Amino acid sequence: MALETVTLDHLPASQTVHIAYFRNVRNAAFLHSQLLARNPEFEYGFVDASVIVSRLHLLSAVFRAATTASTNSLITPNVHSEIIVSLSPSNNISEAYRRYGISPSTKDLLVVKISGPDGLSHDDIAKHLSQHVEGDQLPVTDENIAPATDNSKVAKYYKLNGLSWLDAIKDQPKKRKEVETLVVGTLAVRGI
Amino acid sequence: MAAAAVAEAASEPPQQHQFPLPAVLEYPASTPPYLITQGAEGRLYKSTYLQPDIPCALKYRPPKPWRHPILDQRLTKHRILSEAKVLAKCRRDGLRVPAMYAMDEAAGWMMLEWVHGAPVRVRVNERLGDRKEGIDKDEGLKELMRRIGLAVGKMHKIGIVHGDLTTSNMILSPSAESVTDGQLDGTPGSLEGEIVIIDLGLASYSTTDEDRAVDLYVLERAFTSTHPRAESIFDELLKGYKEAYKQSNLALKRLEDVRMRGRKRSMLG
Repeated sequence: MALETVTLDHLPASQTVHIAYFRNVRNAAFLHSQLLARNPEFEYGFVDASVIVSRLHLLSAVFRAATTASTNSLITPNVHSEIIVSLSPSNNISEAYRRYGISPSTKDLLVVKISGPDGLSHDDIAKHLSQHVEGDQLPVTDENIAPATDNSKVAKYYKLNGLSWLDAIKDQPKKRKEVETLVVGTLAVRGI
Repeated sequence: MAAAAVAEAASEPPQQHQFPLPAVLEYPASTPPYLITQGAEGRLYKSTYLQPDIPCALKYRPPKPWRHPILDQRLTKHRILSEAKVLAKCRRDGLRVPAMYAMDEAAGWMMLEWVHGAPVRVRVNERLGDRKEGIDKDEGLKELMRRIGLAVGKMHKIGIVHGDLTTSNMILSPSAESVTDGQLDGTPGSLEGEIVIIDLGLASYSTTDEDRAVDLYVLERAFTSTHPRAESIFDELLKGYKEAYKQSNLALKRLEDVRMRGRKRSMLG
């Protein structure tokens, strides 16, 4: 139903990106355990929405992971785990999983699936997700992501504390845009 | 394939790519890449980042066949990383420069925010027109000079020197509020907008007054040769510089020395 297939510019046509958003997820512990068990049926990018600022933030990480995959330089087992690491400003993989990936206490969940040319179809993925994720599905929009964002966590993880010019912006939408820009920039320069 | 994609684009004139594109630009995109300019080291394309509504600038440093491949790879990588670091630092410290979207230093490209507007050089020349007198009484132009000084002063204050300051490496970007008729690049002759410093490919971290003075000297020389009739108002720029950067007196003192001897400190090279 609300599984969205997005076309991202400058990605190989063989990679199709699907994204979905669930609020009030009730079985995060189960999904987390499936990931830990490396169950191939649950090979998704499960992102904790509380550390995501916007749709562009999520898609930037997806773009980075997919680009890395297309140049065969993944630093994690697959493109989905690479999405989680791509969200992190550091190269510490286990810390990235803890901070940006699903945990048993995750309430709001963003899901990314990248399928290859012979991979699963949109309907297969939509069906599998609606069967196995217990939560309220919403479209992946900035308006829907905003209420789930934990701004203090974002500031801490992306080292945005103590930027006086940023704190001085009183207009909230403008501030959010600046935070998004800083975060996307941080993702882009990870590891240097 | 690329040719077919280019032909579909209605907004930009179709472009046959004279040079091989980086791999990332060979993949499908809503707006095909458009070659804007070719510099000594690399090429600048206009394209889109992720979505059709986010224009981006793609800076590509192609492999140089005359260099040893390992050296070539190292130099390209180093230059991209250093520019990316400087951009990230400026942005974090609140200086208006293009935002970083993505990069692949091994492949030699970086994607940056597309800054709407026109180079300061163009706007200043439009404003000057064919006037010969009264330029030093043009308050609008003097105010623009102060704003340029503020931007440069802020950059020096956070510990960055640009390395190639000219009025072409600054964009006058109209504020979102002033754009009403879809003219994202502003109107000719208008001096309204924000100064955005671009092309930090030669920039570096430095907190020495010598480097700052050389930066100002390069700007002064570039300004007076690009806009000779406006030479008299360059002092306005230095006023803005002093305002933004409190410890500027040492750098400005140094500027006097640099003017006497030229950009190079040693007589070598």
